[in-house]
Amino acid sequence: MSGDRGALSDSDRRLTRVRVPFVVGQVVVLIGLLIAGLGPLLWLLKAAISPTQDSIRSPLAWFPSGQVQWGNLATAWQQGHIGYYLGNTAMIAAGTALASLIVCTTAGYVLSVLRPRWGAVLSAGILATLFVPHIVSLVPLYLTVLKVPVVHANLTNTFWAVWLPPAASAFNVLIVKRFFDGIPREYFEAARIDGAGSIRVFTSLVLPLSRPILGVVVLLSIISSWKDYLWPLLVLTNPDLQPVSVALPKIAKVTELNIQLAGLFLALLIPVLLFLVFQRAFLRGVGLSGGIKA
Amino acid sequence: MLFALPVLLVFVVFSWGPIVKGLVMSVQQTNLIDPVKWVGLENFRYVLSDPGVGQAALNTLWFTLLALLFGFPVPVLLAMFLSELRGKSWLYSTLAYLPVITPPVVAILLWRFFYDPSPSGMFNTILGTVGLGPYPWLDSPSSAMPSIVLEATWAGAGNAVIIYLAALTSVRADLYEAAELDGAGVVRRVWHVMLPHLRGVLLLMLLLQVIGTMQLFTEPLLFTGGGPQGSTMTILLLIYNYAFVNGDYGAATALSVLLALALAVLSAAFQLATRGWSTE
Repeated sequence: MSGDRGALSDSDRRLTRVRVPFVVGQVVVLIGLLIAGLGPLLWLLKAAISPTQDSIRSPLAWFPSGQVQWGNLATAWQQGHIGYYLGNTAMIAAGTALASLIVCTTAGYVLSVLRPRWGAVLSAGILATLFVPHIVSLVPLYLTVLKVPVVHANLTNTFWAVWLPPAASAFNVLIVKRFFDGIPREYFEAARIDGAGSIRVFTSLVLPLSRPILGVVVLLSIISSWKDYLWPLLVLTNPDLQPVSVALPKIAKVTELNIQLAGLFLALLIPVLLFLVFQRAFLRGVGLSGGIKA
Repeated sequence: MLFALPVLLVFVVFSWGPIVKGLVMSVQQTNLIDPVKWVGLENFRYVLSDPGVGQAALNTLWFTLLALLFGFPVPVLLAMFLSELRGKSWLYSTLAYLPVITPPVVAILLWRFFYDPSPSGMFNTILGTVGLGPYPWLDSPSSAMPSIVLEATWAGAGNAVIIYLAALTSVRADLYEAAELDGAGVVRRVWHVMLPHLRGVLLLMLLLQVIGTMQLFTEPLLFTGGGPQGSTMTILLLIYNYAFVNGDYGAATALSVLLALALAVLSAAFQLATRGWSTE
């Protein structure tokens, strides 16, 4: 990931007065990160299969009563309906990712490849939204979803209300456009000479070439919709449609602690597994976001 | 033109439209039942005379200040350290990023349990082993906000680490080599090469963190509901209450516009003050 060297050179690393503090530092940082990063997750796993009293009376002990209740997970899944809510969350995340993909690839194609004269205006309009804090549009966006202009549809309590607004992401449009900018122009010219129309160039040239960046967009939008709370809370008032993030605080109010913690663990499992599998694409996407904002 | 359709539709309806509508609504009285009435600056007058707004503004600023103190230096130092690792840095960054992956609601409900004020609560047990506590954490007006900051810092630090790390990978190796040939030790190489390279990103992250923390919502809602005694009531929570509890959309958008203006003034002042530093 990093270049061929950092502030420390190879000869520095051989010096005892550099090497010893560096190795000690590594151990300290690793332990700190294990406690802060992995610790709460491991504790949650333990608590998810513990009796409530164990977690309350002595949270740090290792199964003090000797009981391991695997059944907590099943109870949370069935009676707490965590499985059902996770299904909703997955539907919401998949739809959001798809809507984002459609918007940012077509927009990137227009701005980077087709480049019509009004492209500059469109580009400026999209960029400008990066500078407007989301808070200005929270309430009016809610009212918009309540009654979409012109068609007067009410999108609340439909997944459209959570699928479409996040697709208006200037950030996604920007990173995809930048990626398209990097595709050599000669490809497009060659395709045109071979008689391919704009749609053909888009579907069989641009999209296949940009799989890596599309993967990043999909991952980032899945994770952000998985984490979202306020928006689904507002627009999905029907419990049958709510994602797990909205359901958990309600479950927490009426459920015994061990089932509650088992529910939290189940809700955490999928994003963590997804992250561990696609770790590199994720971290690259985040790094990219820093580069863009800079 | 066909290709521009999705982006145009989505941005007109869900981005540009609501922004304009927000500005218009702030000078209207609307509760979705009575006909819309133009009231000029009445909403702003109403919001500014609400004593709760001043308190919420102070709480929000207090949160932002604490979040900067706790949350800003650690990721920078961590990223600088990790960028010197060979080979295993993926392990460190993965661990640092795990809290960011944790959905906020899961993290908050879990930490709410950690913050149990009884002596057998999670954190109080840990502190008890070294003879400290028990602390009331979320239950006292003076410690509720710092407790929220602690959780929010834990949840957000990993993101900053990754962004700094990405910025550090683009430092050209020959700069370090040149500094080394000129006799600069490790400390001076960090000070004169690494830090200046990070300056632009650091300033940007500082600004983004201020803007982000001033829009704090989920944490106070789920941790404390704004209490105890209003000590964690933030501007955004107040906007939420105005709109979705009281149904006063005009007041809610007026307060949103005020907050957005404050953020805009802040960003502009920040840009002006740091102009000239941010170039590498």
